[in-house]
Amino acid sequence: MTKSELIQRISEMNPHLYQRDVERIVSTIFDEIADALAHGQRVELRGFGAFSVKDRDSRTGRNPRTGETVHVESKRIPFFKTGKLLRERLNATD
Amino acid sequence: MAEKTLTRADLSEAVYQQVGLSRNESAALVETVLDEVSDALVRGEPVKISSFGSFAVRKKGRRVGRNPKTGEEVPILPRRVLVFRASHVLRNRINAVYKQLVNA
Repeated sequence: MTKSELIQRISEMNPHLYQRDVERIVSTIFDEIADALAHGQRVELRGFGAFSVKDRDSRTGRNPRTGETVHVESKRIPFFKTGKLLRERLNATD
Repeated sequence: MAEKTLTRADLSEAVYQQVGLSRNESAALVETVLDEVSDALVRGEPVKISSFGSFAVRKKGRRVGRNPKTGEEVPILPRRVLVFRASHVLRNRINAVYKQLVNA
């Protein structure tokens, strides 16, 4: 499912809403999450999962093709941990 | 660094501010969006949100694990796990703010 398919689906479920409003709703949700992560905040959505960021120290890396050493700057990377309910639903036996 | 954690309530508030529906309907729509994403994943369908990232379901085979406390061997049954891969846009956005902080 893509973002536009998600918007399409939500629009069909909510015929009283304009599609442009549904686009705005979906974009707002993901923009807010992205914004919080960019500011180093955690995003916790019970049952779905939690987004967080982790800091990685700078390190000396190696170009695997040439073997040349390169300096890799410190960086911050996003993480997602699946929520308990969703994890259980993924593995439900029925 | 701000330690506040964003929750459903914050997402509902943002939708309320941006779209102008009632608070109740905004909250219900946030729930619907999360439910639709979850349902697709439970069906085994990957979910791709452009400029944010993609969620995919991966199948893990059976393996032998170990209770780290007792050293006892325990079988880990085959299961499905969710993996999230942030898009380059999201990674760059996170790092742009981080670099400003580091260089400040």
